[in-house]
Amino acid sequence: MIVLSTLVSGVLLGGFYALLGLGLSLTFGIMRTVNLAHGDLVVLASFLALAVTQMLGLSPLVSLIVLVPVMFGLGYALQGLVLNRVLKDGMMPAVIITFGLAFVIQNGLLMGFSADRMVLRQGTLETAGVTLLPGLTVGVLPLITLGAVLALMAGLQLLFRYTLIGRAFRATSDDPQIAALMGIDPKHVYALAMGLACAIIAVTGVLMGMRSNFSAFDGPIRLIFAFEVIIIGGMGSLNGVLVGGMILGLSQVIGGALNPSWFQLTGHLATLAVLIVRPSGLFPETIDRS
Amino acid sequence: MTLLHLENVAAHYDQFQALRDISLSVAAGETLAVVGSNGAGKSTLMKVICGALPASAGRVRLNGQDIAGQPAHRLTAQGIAMVPEGRRLFRSLTVEDNLRIGAYAGRKGPWTLERIYQLFPELVKRRDNRGLDLSGGEQQMVAIGRALMSNPQMLLMDEISLGLAPIVVNQIYRALPDIAAEGMGLLIVEQDINRSLSVAARFCCLMEGRVNLTGPCADTDRKALMDAYFGVSA
Repeated sequence: MIVLSTLVSGVLLGGFYALLGLGLSLTFGIMRTVNLAHGDLVVLASFLALAVTQMLGLSPLVSLIVLVPVMFGLGYALQGLVLNRVLKDGMMPAVIITFGLAFVIQNGLLMGFSADRMVLRQGTLETAGVTLLPGLTVGVLPLITLGAVLALMAGLQLLFRYTLIGRAFRATSDDPQIAALMGIDPKHVYALAMGLACAIIAVTGVLMGMRSNFSAFDGPIRLIFAFEVIIIGGMGSLNGVLVGGMILGLSQVIGGALNPSWFQLTGHLATLAVLIVRPSGLFPETIDRS
Repeated sequence: MTLLHLENVAAHYDQFQALRDISLSVAAGETLAVVGSNGAGKSTLMKVICGALPASAGRVRLNGQDIAGQPAHRLTAQGIAMVPEGRRLFRSLTVEDNLRIGAYAGRKGPWTLERIYQLFPELVKRRDNRGLDLSGGEQQMVAIGRALMSNPQMLLMDEISLGLAPIVVNQIYRALPDIAAEGMGLLIVEQDINRSLSVAARFCCLMEGRVNLTGPCADTDRKALMDAYFGVSA
C-alpha cells in the first residue's frame, strides 16, 4: 500500500508540474523562444488571484473568471507591444527581455505585496481528500489540478487540429514567412499564443497558490521545474508535457520516500538522465527550421 | 486591363541594391515569364511584389492601387499569392491542412479543395499525409494548390521546376493554362527559359537587377534573348 500511495501521489504531483510546463511549452512550440519570466508570471497570477479574492470577496477558483481574461490581455500586450518588436533580431533579444521582466515582476510584487509568504484559501478544499481504497486517500485539489491539465491539453489539441486559427498557429510555428504569404499575420499569432499561455498561467497560478504558499521570489524555482518538465517531455511537445510532469513528480516522490532529503535531487537527476539519453526529450515534436 | 504594374521599382538588402528601376506590367489572364541568370534579381522581384521585401523606391500597383510597403499578409487578402522557391510546405500540417491554410485570407473565388483535387488528382490519396512524406512533384502540386486556395488575382511562381523530374515538370506545366484560364495574372520565374517561354505570352529578362530585354514570347529573337540573359552587350 505504501508503494501504491507513493505512486499515486507522484502522479498527482506530476499534474501540478505538467500544468506548470504547459504554458512554457506552448510559447516555445509556437514562438521558438524561451520565456524566462514564466515562473514569475505564475507567481504574479497567484498574487493577482489573492488581490481579486480580497477585493471582490471571491474564492480563488471563482476568481479565475476575472483572472483568465486579465492574464490573456497581459500576455497579448507583452508579446504585441514588446517582444514582437525584437523578432527580426533572432531569438536572443526576446529571451533577454523576459529575463529582465522576471526581475521587474519580482520587485514589483515585493513592493506591492511585501515579502511575506501568502496562500490562497478555498474553504477547506486544500485539505479535503477522498478515500479511494482503505489506506489510500488522495487530495481533492491535486485531482482538480490533474483534471485541469487534461482538459487544457485536450482543448489545445482540438484547437490546433480542427480550427483555422489552430492551423495558423502550427503554420506560423513551422515557417512564419510562408505563413505570412497565406495571409496570416505572424505577430498577431504570436501575441495570441502568448495570451493563451498567460491564460493557462492564470490557472496554474491559482492552483499552485492553493497548494502551497508563495512569495515574490518563487518564480525562478517554478521556472526550473517547468523547464525540467519540457526537457523531459520534449521541447514544444504538448503531450510530452504530461509525461514530463509525471516523470518529474514520480521521481521526486519516489526519491523522497527513500530519503526525505532526496526529494528534489531525484527530480533533477531524472531530468539529467533524460538529457543524457535523449537530449531532445521523450517526444521531440518541434521540428527544426531549416 | 493592367492587373499588376511596377513603376521604377528599386529594392535593397541593406547597402546592396538588388533591383534598379524595374518597370513591368501583367494584365489579367496574362502570363509573364521573368528570366535571368543567377543573382539577376528574379527572386527579389517576387519578394517585392508579394510584400516580403519593401521596395526602396518606385510604385507597385494592383488594379491601380499602390500596394508598395504593405506587409505580405495584407497583400494575400488583396489577391497576391506566391508559390515559393523550394515549395516550403508546412511540415507539421497534412496535405489537406496545407491546402486549407491557403484559404486563410478568406477570399471568395473558383478555387476550392475539390477544384485543387481535380487539377491534381494524385493529391487525393495523399490528403492525410504530412507534406514532407510526398515526392518533390507532389509537394510542388500542394504548394501550387495552397497558393490557388487564396483565390488570387495575381499568382507568382518561383522556380517551380527546380529539382523535379522532367516528366513531373511537364505534368505541372500542363496545369498552368487551366489556372490562367480563370483570368488570373501569372508571373513565372524559371531558370529554364524554354519552359517558361512555352507557357508565357511575354517575357522580361533581368540582368544585374535591371530589365534589359522584354518582348512577346511567340517570335523571340533567341540570339537577342541569349545576349540579354548572359549580359553580352549588343
